[in-house]
Amino acid sequence: MRVMVFVPGDANSEAGTMPSPELVGKMMKFNEELVKAGVMLAGDGLMPTSTAKRVRFSGSQRTVLDGPFAETKELIAGYWIWQVKSIEEAVEWLKRAPFDGGVEVTLRPIFDPADFGKELPPELRAKEEKLRAEVARHRGS
Amino acid sequence: MSGEGGGATRKAVEAVWRIESARLIGGLVAVVRDVGLAEDLAQEALVTALERWPETGIPENPGAWLMATARNRAIDLRRQRRMQERKHDAIDEETSRLPRAGPDLETVLDESVGDDLLRLVLITCHPVLSAEARVALTLRLLGGLATDEIARAFLVPEPTIAQRIVRAKRTLGEARVPFEVPRGPELSARLPSALEAIYLVFNEGYAATKGDDWTRPALCEEALRLGRILAQLVPGEAEVHGLVALMEIHASRLPARVGPSGEPILLLDQDRSRWDQLLLHRGLAALVRAEALKQPLGPYALQAAIAGCHARARTATETDWEGIVALYDALAQLTQSPVVELNRAVAVSMAFGPAAGLELVDALVNEPALASYHLLPSVRADFLVKLGRLDEARKELERAAALAQNARERELLLMRAAACRTAGSS
Repeated sequence: MRVMVFVPGDANSEAGTMPSPELVGKMMKFNEELVKAGVMLAGDGLMPTSTAKRVRFSGSQRTVLDGPFAETKELIAGYWIWQVKSIEEAVEWLKRAPFDGGVEVTLRPIFDPADFGKELPPELRAKEEKLRAEVARHRGS
Repeated sequence: MSGEGGGATRKAVEAVWRIESARLIGGLVAVVRDVGLAEDLAQEALVTALERWPETGIPENPGAWLMATARNRAIDLRRQRRMQERKHDAIDEETSRLPRAGPDLETVLDESVGDDLLRLVLITCHPVLSAEARVALTLRLLGGLATDEIARAFLVPEPTIAQRIVRAKRTLGEARVPFEVPRGPELSARLPSALEAIYLVFNEGYAATKGDDWTRPALCEEALRLGRILAQLVPGEAEVHGLVALMEIHASRLPARVGPSGEPILLLDQDRSRWDQLLLHRGLAALVRAEALKQPLGPYALQAAIAGCHARARTATETDWEGIVALYDALAQLTQSPVVELNRAVAVSMAFGPAAGLELVDALVNEPALASYHLLPSVRADFLVKLGRLDEARKELERAAALAQNARERELLLMRAAACRTAGSS
């Protein structure tokens, strides 16, 4: 299974302040461990929301909003995608990460495309099969 | 221990085991120089953890805790043995499982984890072992999988796997396999048997040879994990990156390979928007790493390059078939494998037409290695269909269905045979 790990932002990440070299070093070591264990699929740090955009959807209207966005608690400063055998394995990995100061890091399992296929309601599945058949016909011609 | 809390701890302990077991066993093998004993010590430490952690909670550094527990047990064992030896005043070298001249148990641990892991890979994949034994031992000692998990994954009875593991350990002991990690060309020479074992695990998951399911993705994930670990251990070996690239690219197609009712969908018919872009990009990046090492491309890197050609085509019709033919030429020269020749024939037919492909396949019909290989008649049928020789194609498809081991695949072949009959009679 894959899990996504959401690292929350704070005033420092929003101000674009780099963490201390010591913390950067610890984080690099942790990332290295993840890679060596074959667990890390992807991971990145995100720029402060002063560089971000939001698009609000309402009917046919799309409104573009510019950052920064105020509610820092909800903001994400980075993410990982891990390949693990169980959510417990991901938790054990996360416990080794060099976070501190009461920060709460969230882990969420990612839908497997196969799970998603199984959960398609019958009418959607029929629609998909039809679509697939059409695609096949086009390819054949 | 409360029921639920105990269950949760048990799951957490299993997770710690998953993360730590290979390093733990690798570290212990380095010291006790006996794979069986190292595993026993590690397992005993796990049992102790399962007893204690529900009460004490999981220690801050569970890996170090397990290692310390196993190490203490090893020291106890050695002490006991010395006392017995003194009592009996006789030393039985054969039964002495702990070498007296081994490195100092107290200081050697924690040094060079990478070497310990690589040693473990090379031992579990030692060429004295059969491929089956290598697979079982690798999944058990490096993957941290329990015997029943391995048995379930391969759809064989648990005692079969247990026996395979016991015999493998005995073979390693009898062969007195050296525990030094080789370097340079000697190391390169040892890698193919490890790559083969990992690729076997992957393929069993990717095209399940037995049972009703066309794929068993958990095995693919396990093989990918092992491959990625190995690539980190020996980053200078192009073939390791080649194997990882091949597996990542193939795995990226898993979501597109199975239709809504579980039927297989062949590469050229797949909906490419369903390919897993994350794995695809990882695969192409691994291929770049393999090529950047400027070593002659081996069989895995060449296959990965072929898979990469498919991956880069946005639609099946945009596939660079001539490029693929050139890669197959190189691969056929390297492997001398009739299966590769068969694949080459498919590429040739796509690049230069079905008649050219049929000519190559006809040359393979009497190849003994392909006598019971269902893809030979199946590929031949493809060419015959394209050439409008439907009656011959139908016979080939029926022959292929009779040879296919996988229920889903057989079904698909019979459907195509029936389609030939309908089209032929209309």
